Amino acid sequence: MGQQALTYLIVGATFALYIGIAFWARAGSTGEFYTAGRGVHPVTNGMATAADWMSAASFISMAGLIAFVGYDNSTYLMGWTGGYVLLAMLLAPYLRKFGKFTVPEFIGDRFYSQTARLVGVICLIVISVTYVIGQMTGVGVTFARFLEVSTTTGLFIGSAVVFFYAVLGGMKGITYTQVAQYVVLITAYTIPAIFISLQLTGNPIPPLGLFSSTQEHGVPLLQRLDQVVTDLGFGAYTAHRDNTLNMVLFTMSLMIGTAGLPHVIIRFFTVPRVADARWSAGWALVFIALLYLTAPAVGAMARLNLIDTVWPGGAARPGGELVYEQRPDWMRTWEQTGLLRFVDRNNDGRIQYYNDRNPAFAQQAQQHGWQGNELTVNADILVLANPEIANLPAWVIALVAAGGLAAALSTAAGLLLAISSAISHDLIKSALKPDISERGELLAARISMAAAIVFATYLGLNPPGFAAQTVALAFGLAAATIFPVLMMGIFSKRINNTGAIAGMLVGLLFTVVYIFVYKGWFFIPGTNQLPDTPEYWVFGISPTSVGTIGAILNFAVAHVVSRATEAPPAAIQEMVESIRIPRGAGAAVDH
Amino acid sequence: MSGEQESGRAYWRANLRLVRNCLIVWALVSFGFGIVLRPLLSGIPVGGTDLGFWFAQQGSILVFLILIFYYAYRMNAIDRKFGVEER
Repeated sequence: MGQQALTYLIVGATFALYIGIAFWARAGSTGEFYTAGRGVHPVTNGMATAADWMSAASFISMAGLIAFVGYDNSTYLMGWTGGYVLLAMLLAPYLRKFGKFTVPEFIGDRFYSQTARLVGVICLIVISVTYVIGQMTGVGVTFARFLEVSTTTGLFIGSAVVFFYAVLGGMKGITYTQVAQYVVLITAYTIPAIFISLQLTGNPIPPLGLFSSTQEHGVPLLQRLDQVVTDLGFGAYTAHRDNTLNMVLFTMSLMIGTAGLPHVIIRFFTVPRVADARWSAGWALVFIALLYLTAPAVGAMARLNLIDTVWPGGAARPGGELVYEQRPDWMRTWEQTGLLRFVDRNNDGRIQYYNDRNPAFAQQAQQHGWQGNELTVNADILVLANPEIANLPAWVIALVAAGGLAAALSTAAGLLLAISSAISHDLIKSALKPDISERGELLAARISMAAAIVFATYLGLNPPGFAAQTVALAFGLAAATIFPVLMMGIFSKRINNTGAIAGMLVGLLFTVVYIFVYKGWFFIPGTNQLPDTPEYWVFGISPTSVGTIGAILNFAVAHVVSRATEAPPAAIQEMVESIRIPRGAGAAVDH
Repeated sequence: MSGEQESGRAYWRANLRLVRNCLIVWALVSFGFGIVLRPLLSGIPVGGTDLGFWFAQQGSILVFLILIFYYAYRMNAIDRKFGVEER
C-alpha cells in the first residue's frame, strides 16, 4: 500500500473513532453538556486534560523551538508543566468545590458583581479565540502536507468532525474523544522518538538517550551537539545566553498563564469529588510529561541529525558539505512546501549551512569561499519530518499525521466548549434571559457551539497575519487577569468587588498596552512605538514575559483598592469559607 | 469562638503550610536550579552537560510530578484528620 493510501486509512480510522464516540456519549442535560455530569474518573480526566492542553504548538512546534535555540528555550518545558502545580494547589480543588459551570460564573458570584463576570467573559473570549486560530491553521497545514488536499478542504473536514462530537456531546463527548486523541497523539509522538534515540544512542528511552553517548562517536550526545553547532558559528546548545531576569519572568508568565487558561480549568469541574480534582491534576501532568520529557530529546537529536545530514564530511569542514543534487528525499518533499529552502549563493552546488550572522565566524567563512548561509529550515517541520529523516516505515509517517490532527482537534474542542459555555451560560442565561428553561439553555449551548465552530473555521481560512504573535496575548491575559482574580477569590476574604474589577482592568490594560507598544496596536504592522528588540525592552523584559508584571500589578491594585473600600458582605465571606473545605461538594452540584 | 471555627482555621493553616512548602520546592527546582542557580551547579556533570541543564529540561518536570501527588496524598490525610473529607 502506498504512503498516501496508508495515511488516508489511518487518519480516516481515527476520525471514524471520534464520531463513534460522539454517538455513544451524547449529552442529555446542561450538566452533561458543561461538565460531563461530573462523573469522569480522575485518571480519565487527567488524560483528557493532557489532550485538551497539548495543542498543535506542543505537538508540532515545541521540539523545534528547543532544537534551534537550546537551553534558553527550556522556559517552555518548565513553564508549560509548572503551571499544573499551581493549578493543583491553588485553583482546581476549590473551583471544583464551588461546583458551578464556568470560570466567569465563579468570578461573578465571588465578587457579587455582574460587571466582574462580564470582564471575565471578555478575557475568556479573547484568550480562547486567539488560541483557537492556531489550532485551525494547524489542522489545515497537516491536511495539506500529508493528505494532499487543499488547506480549505482539510479545514472543512476537521471542522465537520469537531462539529459532530462537540455539538452532540458537549463536555461529555469532548472528554471521551480527548481520551482517544491523547492515545493517538502520544503514540505518534513517541514512536519516531524511540527509533531515533535507538539509532543515535542505542538507548530506546528518548529522555535517557538525551544524556547518553552517541554510538558513532562515543562522546555524550549533548557534548557533540555543542561541538558541531559552535563549529558552525552558532551559540553552544547547552549555554545560557538570554537575559536571566527575562527568562525567569517568561517562565513565570507561562506557568501562571497555563493555570489561568479557562479551557483547562473547566476540565477539573468534571470529576466527582474535590479529592479527585487534586489527583486528576497529577495524572494530567503524568500524561503531559510523557510528551514533555520526550520533546527536548527529539529537539536535540533532530538538530544533530540535520547537521550530520547536511555536513556528511564533518561540520564546517570545507568539502564536507552535502552536494545539493545528492540530497535525501525528505528534503525534496519539504522544499515543495517552502518550509525548507536552499539558495546556492556561491554557485558551487553544495549546501553551506552555518551562522552567517556571527561576526567572529565571518573571516573563516570568507576563507572557505562561503557567501552566506544557504539553507533555511522552518522550526515547525522538525517533528513532522522526523520519521522521514530517520527513514521510518510509511505507517509511522501516517501516524504522525493523525497525531498532529488529534493534538489540534482536541485543543480546539476544549476551547470551543469554553467559548460556547461562556456565551450560553454567562451571557444568555445569566444576563439576557434568566428565566430560560433547562432545555432552552441546552439548545442555546449547542447553537453557540455551532456558531463558535463556524467562526473559528472562518478565522482558520482567513488567518489574521498576526496569528503567531497572539499566543503572547493569550498567555499574557490569562496570567495577568484570570489567574490572579481566581487565586485572590479563594485565598483572601477581604478582596471585594471594586478591588477585583480594578485589579483585572489594570492587569488587562497594562499587559495589552505593553504588548501593543512593541508588536503594533491590534498587531497592525508599523503601528508599534518601539522596535521589538531587547535593547528597547524595559529592563530587558520582552512583551511575551510581561504577563507576570501584569499579574503583580493586578494583585497589588486589588489589595490596595479593597483595603480602602468596604469588606465583602458576610454571605460572601461564608461562601469563601465553604469552598475551602471539601465536605459537601456533592450538594453543590445542582443549582 | 466555637471549637468548630477553631478547627476550621487550623485546617486552613495546615493547608497553607503544605502549599507554601510545596511551592518553595517548586520554585527552587525551576527558577532556582534550572535558571538562577545554574552557575553554582555547573561543576556537577550530567551526560555531557551540567546538573542545571538537566533540571531545566527534565528534573523540574519530574519534581513537579512528585509534588502534585505528594500534595494530593498529604491533603487528603489532612482532610480526614480535621473531619472535612467528602463522604
